[in-house]
Amino acid sequence: MESILLLAHTEADGTLAKPALEALTAALELGGELTVGLVGGAVEPAANLAAAAGARRILAVTGEPFTQPRYSTDAAAAEAIARAAGAAIVLAPATARWARALPGVAYRLGGRIDTHATGLAERDGAPAVNRWFYRQRMEAVLTRTARPWLVLLDAGCFAPWSEATPQATPARAAGSAQVEFVAVEAPQSRTTVTGIQAPKADEQTIRPDAKLLFVAGAGWTKKQPDGAVHVEEAQLLILGALRGAQASLGGSKSLVDLSGEGQAVLPFMTHLNQVGQTGSTPRHQKGLSTCCHGEEPHVVGWRFVTERRAVNLDPNCGWSRGKADVVYVADAFAVVRELNRLLG
Amino acid sequence: MNTSLQIVVSGSIVPDPLQTLEPVTSPGGPALKNEMMLPAVLDPWAAHALYEAAHLALAQPGSKVWLVSMGPKAKLQQVMMTVAQKVPFELVALDGSASGFTDSFATAAALAGAIEAIPGLDKSRLLLFGGWESASRGAGSTIQMTAERLGITEQFQGVDRIAVREDGSFEVLERIEGGRHQVSVCTAPPAALGWATGFLPEPRNNPQVGMANMKTVMPALQRAKAATAADAGLRFVSVSLPKQQRETRIEKNMAPEQIAREIVAWIREE
Repeated sequence: MESILLLAHTEADGTLAKPALEALTAALELGGELTVGLVGGAVEPAANLAAAAGARRILAVTGEPFTQPRYSTDAAAAEAIARAAGAAIVLAPATARWARALPGVAYRLGGRIDTHATGLAERDGAPAVNRWFYRQRMEAVLTRTARPWLVLLDAGCFAPWSEATPQATPARAAGSAQVEFVAVEAPQSRTTVTGIQAPKADEQTIRPDAKLLFVAGAGWTKKQPDGAVHVEEAQLLILGALRGAQASLGGSKSLVDLSGEGQAVLPFMTHLNQVGQTGSTPRHQKGLSTCCHGEEPHVVGWRFVTERRAVNLDPNCGWSRGKADVVYVADAFAVVRELNRLLG
Repeated sequence: MNTSLQIVVSGSIVPDPLQTLEPVTSPGGPALKNEMMLPAVLDPWAAHALYEAAHLALAQPGSKVWLVSMGPKAKLQQVMMTVAQKVPFELVALDGSASGFTDSFATAAALAGAIEAIPGLDKSRLLLFGGWESASRGAGSTIQMTAERLGITEQFQGVDRIAVREDGSFEVLERIEGGRHQVSVCTAPPAALGWATGFLPEPRNNPQVGMANMKTVMPALQRAKAATAADAGLRFVSVSLPKQQRETRIEKNMAPEQIAREIVAWIREE
């Protein structure tokens, strides 16, 4: 197997986040001589971990300019590490930070990049990447001859590395990592990161680590059997279910679009919640769809959800049949009301 | 202060998301069955980028919007009949493949070449817009490589909002993990922004805008140069549809309480 560089940016405390640990597992499974490249304000804990995992070289770019998740500095750091490592294969977790910066780095290195890789395996001595095309509608396996070949690995596809991982073959004892610091002159940047906007903790409806994805469809905003719409009750029920089940909230495009058009529908529902089509394809162990009647939430949005159930008034809904494990033909208002009582 | 902008939106066409797609093998590699027959739309995130560009241009007098689009000329023409009614822009067309199986490196080269050739383009006022991912290749890498080729190193991805200030600087909201936004301030163009959904609704069709746009769209399509996005080093080992069809249990006669109990038990299973 060819030489591999794993690129990771460190957290504020110098450790590696879960996506980076997953990418480390992928790199080790692929085989080949492993170099780990670290970018961030502090790198020592991550470097120790990389040494314990069996990395032959550990390269790092540190310094205040490289603490900000910003294209110009991240690209400069990654480019410098990649040139110093000279590896044929460059792996990285598909974090927002690397997804922003590494395609430009691939261009600078004269290499190629594939993103959203969901699988990685050796095939005739070279890596073969699994990735999906046309919004998760078809899966391809591809290889490339161009080098360096950068591959961004989607989160949730590999087990995060830990010292208990079987393929851990320490090159050095943990805590004695030899870090080669790569000198990089921070590029003149016109961009300053000024902050993060996030909902208050108790208003956050997107929880990537939640076991359950609760998907709400536009049916919540439609007329109910009494001939009236019950949006306020729908809000309370949905938020109650999210709280009770500690679930993450997904929305169908039609429901999210209603919110975006200024209609007072579900105020907590934004495009960030949308699954399928122009939304996300999140990875949760379980998915429960309610009042959804379209293809997108069930096919694209659920592609990587393992166990799926749906509450739907239409027993013949073609999109939930064959896609869900169980379809309950029932009124979602009544079911979620009971659900919240039991979870409460 | 003059804060007028030159906004180039890069966006191709994709099969209508409601179409059933099936991969086939063609002499040039993988393709879609009946690809030329499938109804197409402007790529959804690129369409958002176009609407945001038009909105921004309206707010910054003296600004102009171009749409640079690579696709089979006949399909581009079909799609432009609809897109041209949405917002004012000048089309720069490239006659090439819009397949998701083409390579972003080569696509970026073709797009950057077309942008460089726009007469009178002032790069110091340039904002390069596009969707942060396409609904075909879905790579999220074309904008960055196009921008690099144009020498643009201020880049943002997953953008939901841009707000231009009086001094010409602008604030950008980018999506990051966990349903959050990163806020950045860039002091001046040029910059590249890969758009997510943004906050603007889709504009209504405006026949007057359509008629004005079509005066430049048709000549642009006639001028469209052939472009290639092939990469000889890229080999597809396989392309297949997911085969998993679940045995769905349909429960028609359970009371809400029974259903809720079953769902709670399921949620609590490890």
